Amino acid sequence: MKAHFRAAGFLVVAAALLLAGCETVSTLTDIGVASGKITESQAESIQKSAKAVEKSFEDITPEQEYYIGRAVAAVVLDKYAPYPEAGANEYLNLLGQSLARASDRPETFGGYHFLILDSDEINAFAAPGGLVLVSRGLLRCADGEDAAAAILAHEITHVAKKHGLQAIKTSRVTAALTSVALTASQTAGSEDLAALTSTFQDSITDITSTLVNSGYSRALESEADRGAVEILRRVGYDPNALVRMLKVMDKKIKPGGLDFAKTHPDPEDRIKDVEKTLAGKAPPPSPPQKRAARYTASLGKI
Amino acid sequence: MGERRRSHMFRKYVIGFLFLAAACVPAAVPKQMSVTVKETQVRAAPSYLGKVLAVLAYGDRVQVVGAQSGWAKVSLPAGKPVASGSPPQKEGWVNLSALTEKKIVLKSGASEVGKTASSGEVALAGKGFNQEVEARYKENSGVDYAWVDRMEKFTVSPEQIAAFLDQGGLAAEAAGGGAQ
Repeated sequence: MKAHFRAAGFLVVAAALLLAGCETVSTLTDIGVASGKITESQAESIQKSAKAVEKSFEDITPEQEYYIGRAVAAVVLDKYAPYPEAGANEYLNLLGQSLARASDRPETFGGYHFLILDSDEINAFAAPGGLVLVSRGLLRCADGEDAAAAILAHEITHVAKKHGLQAIKTSRVTAALTSVALTASQTAGSEDLAALTSTFQDSITDITSTLVNSGYSRALESEADRGAVEILRRVGYDPNALVRMLKVMDKKIKPGGLDFAKTHPDPEDRIKDVEKTLAGKAPPPSPPQKRAARYTASLGKI
Repeated sequence: MGERRRSHMFRKYVIGFLFLAAACVPAAVPKQMSVTVKETQVRAAPSYLGKVLAVLAYGDRVQVVGAQSGWAKVSLPAGKPVASGSPPQKEGWVNLSALTEKKIVLKSGASEVGKTASSGEVALAGKGFNQEVEARYKENSGVDYAWVDRMEKFTVSPEQIAAFLDQGGLAAEAAGGGAQ
């Protein structure tokens, strides 16, 4: 009975908050999520239904995300030469697009596309919208298709969860989304277009400096690792391959280096986090010979 | 006796709360949604293995009649050609990641831009960061887009993915699209 009264009390408080206005929905859903009463996705849909107050990365349309991603990828490709070998890139796209389809966001405005960078650095860049660039050095940390899948699934999760867009300063997002500039053919003043282009340029710099210099927060990297494990499970790859890949990376990475050492948490810390999510789960049956053979043929000598 | 009364009161609280919540939060599944990606497929089943019935383009509006694990069941818009060889169908499935609740206006005049700039219900195609801004940015920065354009042409067909998964001994029916 006491439980009944406590629950009733909770409902009364919640009702009062609702009456106070829908602006409190966000706080309410936070409480709901924290107390385990509702899931994250339920909270998200409730919040979306509530009146939008401020512009955030969530308000960036997939079309705008597409143009941001193209520019980010172009800037990265200005610094790193692509590795143009067709067979290796075809294989990477088969693998990557199969994985993306099993992610929480299988479709983006322009779709997922993957390209190898001709660099010995251990590095990868996931541009918003699904343009994923992976260095030869990082691919060399993989001991087979399952581990290569783990690398791509981590990058796909950065895209699916819009981690890149979160690096853009809120003031720029608001400026871009409330700009009245349209295409030039449709009466945009050239001043409007110039201002919008400058906001665009600054947004690209926000993202690329995060990708290249500061890196994402440990929380976002951890989310990307958990997302990778989930995708690997759904497709039938061995999620332990992520741990194996991180162990190889840990041996190869140079402290103070300019690559993953600078922008990513210590592989040992990532391994500890990932092993927590893997605990007690049996690995899938050993892969058929064909899987190993096609990996060796396409990326064996990367 | 007392217990029954209390539990009756509790039920009243719950009903009252649900009323208030319903007044504040609109229904979960909206009737109309828009395609928010360049191109997407309507399939015969809520899965990427489902046969493609029709192809939808950016901004197309669909009537949503149901949802299941990351997929929306939609009525095929009138005038959309149904793939040849398939029996006439009125409904199919679109992955929810390709849809938005917002109405997408493909062509609009300057007056609409002002009106909708702050509205959460309408999105204007081509507004904000767009092709025009990209062209100006290219000009200002001198950044080369050649490889970006090339990598966007790296495409893989559903048949190639099916064969790749099958050959690798992997799950053809991998759940995606928000399926938890």
